[in-house]
Amino acid sequence: MATAKSNVAARIMISPAVLLLLAWMLIPLSMTLYFSFLSYNLLSPGMERWIGFLNYEYFLTDPAFFSALTNTLILVLGVLIVTTIGGTLLALLLDQPIWGQGIVRILVIAPFFVMPTVSALVWKNMFMNPVNGLFAYVAKSVGLPPFDFLAQAPMLSITGMVAWQWLPFATLILLTALQSLDREQLEAAEMDGAGPFSRFFHIILPHMARAITVVILIQTIFLLSTFAAILVTTNGGPGYASTNITYLVYSQSLLQFDVGGGSAGGVVAVIIANIVAIFLMRMIGKNLEA
Amino acid sequence: MARAVNNKRRAVVTLIAWAVGIAIFFPILYTVLTSFKTEAEAVASPPSFLFFDWTLENYAEVQERSNYFLHFLNSVVISLGSTVLGLIIAVPAAWSMAFFPKKRTKDILMWMLSTKMLPPVGVLVPIYLLFRDASLLDTRTGLVIVLTMINLPIIVWMIFTYFKEIPGEILEAARMDGANLWDEVVYVLTPMAIPGIASTLLLNIILAWNEAFWTLNLTAAKAAPLTAFIASYSSPEGLFYAKLSAASTMAIAPILILGWFSQKQLVRGLTFGAVK
Repeated sequence: MATAKSNVAARIMISPAVLLLLAWMLIPLSMTLYFSFLSYNLLSPGMERWIGFLNYEYFLTDPAFFSALTNTLILVLGVLIVTTIGGTLLALLLDQPIWGQGIVRILVIAPFFVMPTVSALVWKNMFMNPVNGLFAYVAKSVGLPPFDFLAQAPMLSITGMVAWQWLPFATLILLTALQSLDREQLEAAEMDGAGPFSRFFHIILPHMARAITVVILIQTIFLLSTFAAILVTTNGGPGYASTNITYLVYSQSLLQFDVGGGSAGGVVAVIIANIVAIFLMRMIGKNLEA
Repeated sequence: MARAVNNKRRAVVTLIAWAVGIAIFFPILYTVLTSFKTEAEAVASPPSFLFFDWTLENYAEVQERSNYFLHFLNSVVISLGSTVLGLIIAVPAAWSMAFFPKKRTKDILMWMLSTKMLPPVGVLVPIYLLFRDASLLDTRTGLVIVLTMINLPIIVWMIFTYFKEIPGEILEAARMDGANLWDEVVYVLTPMAIPGIASTLLLNIILAWNEAFWTLNLTAAKAAPLTAFIASYSSPEGLFYAKLSAASTMAIAPILILGWFSQKQLVRGLTFGAVK
């Protein structure tokens, strides 16, 4: 039974978190929204003026926006395909009885704990470099010409690096889901003569469907904001070949000092992320009730 | 007979699993190995994997040339500081939501989680300008503030789920025995919540240590943590693979060890309870 006193205490104790988060969200977000309607460049202070939707018009009709949108899609979809399929296979593999399971698990999960800048620079220099990289060495030893990954296929190369970082996350979550599967059901199906494929598609996959959806939604939200991997490898180039929306907004606001245009881009990024977030929140909400 | 077949199958699966595991881990392993090579050996063709002259000179040189220790310390201060500050704000809130749920508690929790889904780039410009005007750019204080706010929803969420696992009857029993609010929090709740709080602490140190959007955008030199320091190797001069590897090894080693302990919390903390 909650007493009146503890009720008051409960309210007081929750307020700092709520108020701080509210301020953290509302103040900058409304500033972004306000700036997005201004002509506002940091190089010409004091010249700010209201220009309505012009920033949005420029941002959305800029060819750079189109390539950024495409690149964002390539990155998100590419990583999702690799991590969900790879993660499912890895989860199935790690769920088998094997010797040294704990160690293999650590090896597989390790990339998630590598900071993004380290991961990107190691891949860029020690593996993908067309002269000194390990891939170039392998190509040479089988008689192929070396391939300059980040110059010739920047977006795919970055997708590969980011997928390597997120594969452990998908694996870990899918493994957790897999381990909650009722073993008796599987054994019963096996008794009834269901082969491994039929067991996978009729029992395992439906059981994991929810976890796969969660992996997709959460990764999408984080992947939309991929930044470090692009900054330290290609700086968004060559041209706009590896610029995603996050990087485009960064370069517009902090490299070109165009606060108005960058803010409009920021608002667009928020809208895109929100579309995904709505679906994710629904799933979380359902689980909170259960 | 079945036993023998099982063992054979197990051996094959073990072999595959180890091969896959080592392949995935290989970039990390190769980085660690390269950190012990000389620069000439680091780019030698064919590359050597074990049989080279092991040296520690890269580690010494990284420290000498760039004051590595300062950046390491920045990472420690920023990740620990933001996590502890976050916990101080989150524990009372989670306590309140777990034990005194109101009609809107669920909505508040959901709203808190939704702020985590806001893309940071949506607030980059205002935060940058506010920090510039408050002289918080390139300061540890500034980064502690940002990372606290960034990870607060996850901290609240995790502590909340751990508190939820504490049976309410225990609290009622304590109250029956005449425990007041203070006694309840200090003698009953805290001891039971310590494992959960420790796990939350661990996961958040990892997330803060590796955060690479705000740390890159809000620091220059003085307050740069390792994420930003390592990024400075993207425009190198001369031979640098071995030094990059040494700097990288030192930057990821502590977190790899912490990460090992936090696999389970990772699922809980990053899926917001959507996977159990």
